[in-house]
Amino acid sequence: MSEVLGGYKEVIFLQEKKPLVTMKGSRDGLTLIIDDDVPFAEALAELEGKLQAAAQDKNNPELSVNVQMGNRYLNEEKRKELKEMIEKYHPFKVENIEMNVIHREEALRWIDESEIKINNQIVRSGQVLKVNGDLLLVGDVNPGGKVMATGNIYILGNLLGIAHAGCDGDRNTFIAASYMKPTQLRIADYISRAPDYESDGVYMECGVIDEKEDKIIIDSLKLLSRNRKDLSGFERRMLNG
Amino acid sequence: MGEAFVITSGKGGVGKTTTTANVGTALALMEKKVCLIDTDIGLRNLDVIMGLENRIIFDIVDVIEGRCRLNQALIRDKRFDTLALLPAAQTSDKSAVTEEGMKEIVSELKREYDYIIIDCPAGIEQGFQNAIAGADRAIVVTNPEKSSVRDADRIIGLLEQEDMTEAPRLIINRIRNHMMKSGDMMDVDEIVQLLAIDLIGVVIDDEEVIKSSNNGEPVVMNPNSKASISYRNIARRILGENVPLQSLEDEKGVLHKVKKFFGIRS
Repeated sequence: MSEVLGGYKEVIFLQEKKPLVTMKGSRDGLTLIIDDDVPFAEALAELEGKLQAAAQDKNNPELSVNVQMGNRYLNEEKRKELKEMIEKYHPFKVENIEMNVIHREEALRWIDESEIKINNQIVRSGQVLKVNGDLLLVGDVNPGGKVMATGNIYILGNLLGIAHAGCDGDRNTFIAASYMKPTQLRIADYISRAPDYESDGVYMECGVIDEKEDKIIIDSLKLLSRNRKDLSGFERRMLNG
Repeated sequence: MGEAFVITSGKGGVGKTTTTANVGTALALMEKKVCLIDTDIGLRNLDVIMGLENRIIFDIVDVIEGRCRLNQALIRDKRFDTLALLPAAQTSDKSAVTEEGMKEIVSELKREYDYIIIDCPAGIEQGFQNAIAGADRAIVVTNPEKSSVRDADRIIGLLEQEDMTEAPRLIINRIRNHMMKSGDMMDVDEIVQLLAIDLIGVVIDDEEVIKSSNNGEPVVMNPNSKASISYRNIARRILGENVPLQSLEDEKGVLHKVKKFFGIRS
């Protein structure tokens, strides 16, 4: 082939040295490394060729594929396209598409969700305070007032109203307050309410979901140092994707 | 240039109108020029408590809709020359008053009077918005019971969003000392801690208040009533005097004092 094309020999030689798509097999499955220096369409064409060659008949067990995009950003749509293209050929099953880069908006959202938002106010009856990420409230939540956060809630003051941590569904969040006598505690999709009898509140405690009992429990803050090593929202975010 | 107060509570029946009448009269007693405005359109009461019902010819809606001049609608009090009342309309509804109309009336009155006291209707709808529109300051009235304190909290939240010159202040009305002591009623400290605003006065629950209201004579005119002293103290605090909170203890006579002296618990 190189003899026929003559002048293009060197280019082809380079490509052969570093192929656009590298396939690596391991015990966990197949890794596809897609070169990030060439146009995406070119890389895709080569990938399709390689997949075609490697395709097996339907009787073979599925093979999980991990795609590494390097410094190339694929949006949601492109990712879906790529996944569909690969899975067209049996036995490939895309597990994950890894990228070294993320979109600016996504990064900003990550930061937004991992920051602690500090608020200094009294949340009165009828008021709702909602933040992305963790909430540190310096002040009280009065009965009828409501605080919500996608992360943890820390209250330096009296919690007498409703607090909802992990309101986007994160069950690993918790609610801590200097004084707790809430109307309701909500964590992700769990709700617990105050007992019907008149009771005293508790000082320096926190509400978390107890997996075993499948409900929200209120316990001493010491519990957190044992169960929640990854307090910071950013770490939590990294761990839970 | 006068100052406009709105007396509000959220919940009905806690004593806004009684407070307006008595604080206003107390200020007039101290030789201030005071004008009371009733903004509870359709359910006016202030004129009844002041005993001025029979003098009403024009009302606030007439002023706003241009049927009379402001001065024509003002009713001079029968006791004090320096006290006037702008009555609410009884036949219209609350939509007859606008926030701009209120602001105009209040600023016109401020030129003439030292204090303008606006009696707010219950609720948080347009009537409330109208009442607070012209006010520089707010006084929130509450009773020592949970529902009333809850509504006061809501009202304070709403007032804090308005641009008033000062934070709202609190009056706790209808205190019964023996119930507070036994823990059956929320106590003053508990309420103040929850609402987190300055307390400007506490008023003891006193049968005299009902009696004198029915006679069209504010209780503050009767110097022997406990509630009267509470209202006078509130008026003095509004004027900037430093008055300690009145003792809530009942006077128990000489025997009690002697026992106390010897340290015998009664």
